[in-house]
Amino acid sequence: MADDTILETRGLAKSFRGFVAVSDVSLKVRRGAIHALIGPNGAGKTTVFNLLTGFLQPSAGAILFNGSDITGDKPAQTARRGMVRSFQISATFPHLTVLENVRVALQRKRGDSFRFWRSERVLDSLNERAMQLLAAVDLAQFAATVTVEMPYGRKRALELATTLALDPELMLLDEPTQGMGHEDVGRVVELIRRVAANRTILMVEHNMSVVADLCHTITVLQRGAVLAEGSYAEVSRDPAVLEAYVGTAND
Amino acid sequence: MARSPDQTDTLLQIGFAALLIAGIVAPLVAYPTFLMKLLCFALFACAFNLLLGFTGLLSFGHAAFFGGAGYVCGFVVKEWGWTPELGVLAGTAVAALLGFAFGSLAIRRSGIYFAMITLALAQMVYFLALQLPFTGGEDGLQGVPRGYLFGLIDLSDNMAMYYFVFLLFVAGFALILRTIHSPFGQVLKAIRENEPRALSLGYDVDRYKLLAFVISAGLTGMAGATKTLVFQLASLTDVHWHTSGEVVLMTLLGGLGTALGPVVGAGIVVTLQNELADKVGSWVSVIMGVIFVICVLAFRRGIVGEMQALGKRLGISE
Repeated sequence: MADDTILETRGLAKSFRGFVAVSDVSLKVRRGAIHALIGPNGAGKTTVFNLLTGFLQPSAGAILFNGSDITGDKPAQTARRGMVRSFQISATFPHLTVLENVRVALQRKRGDSFRFWRSERVLDSLNERAMQLLAAVDLAQFAATVTVEMPYGRKRALELATTLALDPELMLLDEPTQGMGHEDVGRVVELIRRVAANRTILMVEHNMSVVADLCHTITVLQRGAVLAEGSYAEVSRDPAVLEAYVGTAND
Repeated sequence: MARSPDQTDTLLQIGFAALLIAGIVAPLVAYPTFLMKLLCFALFACAFNLLLGFTGLLSFGHAAFFGGAGYVCGFVVKEWGWTPELGVLAGTAVAALLGFAFGSLAIRRSGIYFAMITLALAQMVYFLALQLPFTGGEDGLQGVPRGYLFGLIDLSDNMAMYYFVFLLFVAGFALILRTIHSPFGQVLKAIRENEPRALSLGYDVDRYKLLAFVISAGLTGMAGATKTLVFQLASLTDVHWHTSGEVVLMTLLGGLGTALGPVVGAGIVVTLQNELADKVGSWVSVIMGVIFVICVLAFRRGIVGEMQALGKRLGISE
């Protein structure tokens, strides 16, 4: 298990009634790395995320997490194995408070989440840890705010804190800076760098400066298949990648 | 900022204490049978609200639990001579089991498909209630004795019966309140708010929904079984899909996802039905329909929901 690779896919494919969204994706994500998945719109990035986390079942291929085959796993199972995802649109619980959002994530490991006869006050013992997580994303002063009342950038930060609450080995981030203003992007990049210290991150990202700044390895997808892989310097010089991007830019 | 949680808690406690006292003195000023009917439907609506308001599942088959438990309770009391509390217990247990069966089948689907599966299953129960030999078909199961509570207290006395019903209501309502404010309730709210996210946090969402469904069905059964004792009759009306629709109206009118909303909604609907039935006849359905449309168009949060929203606005401007 001291393997270097935390996540591997072999010949992953997914088609929807004849439309091939992902045709042949073989990936290896190195433990401890920040790995980016990039590609033009419709390249299949989010589909790959859905396949990895069990939200979709692949038509072909295999997924290995820490060396064991997790291809048929359900979403909740992959999360319990230590692979936790975020979503492209901000995924919070809008009418819970900011503190409750993080606490729901912390609550699962207590193992008493089916106890409908106990008072929710037993969850207060999680508040301290929840506040630490909120402080880590600069949200401590918003703990009592109902989430829906916060601006977009803050919600994304909250989502990150909620994901971190599970202390995942592998975090899958789907466009963490999407729709953010300039200063928010900088803050999230710093945040990701900080939380990546003792875990692995696989992220879909459109913002190339973020990718260049953060990521060790980059995989470029095009039309559901891997087009190129390597460091930012390598990938950005690759003629096939340039053509894919410039080609779509000139459409 | 609005009131602190502690202040809200105190307000709620005062509110509940006032209601408790109102419930105790009510039969001295109002007709007990009417009040008992009201309490049965209020508990029914509260149990339904646990599912729709706090889990986000719209069941259109709750009449099967309400009416089905009524038949079970009526049968064991009348034919087997069980005491009333055991009759209610039997109705509750069967409704919970039925809820487990319905839930296991329906929860795989969501939205309109979930509603349709529950409706179809409930129609089967309706058919059984119409055809089985012991149910009395169109006439219903008549002449169910109220009997002696624990073999001691004569429930044919309306006041004794009222306090038995009131006690059951308080117990059922307390269980719902506790469920909402439990670790389990937190997960239910998370599922209602964002199901994919709850999944991605590692929760087996379907198992939580199923437990909520079973609790809701069981308490609905408790309400239905109690109603059978009150009226000494298990009727086909209570398993009919009209009843499943009526409870949706009560819940929406009073306030979806609020603790007291369904009680208020059930109060209004039952009162209107009682007051209007002998004055306008079958026009009652039309009036109910109009109320439903007004409620959905003009105050979607329901009466209690709108009052809470108003309170919040005033709280902020203070």
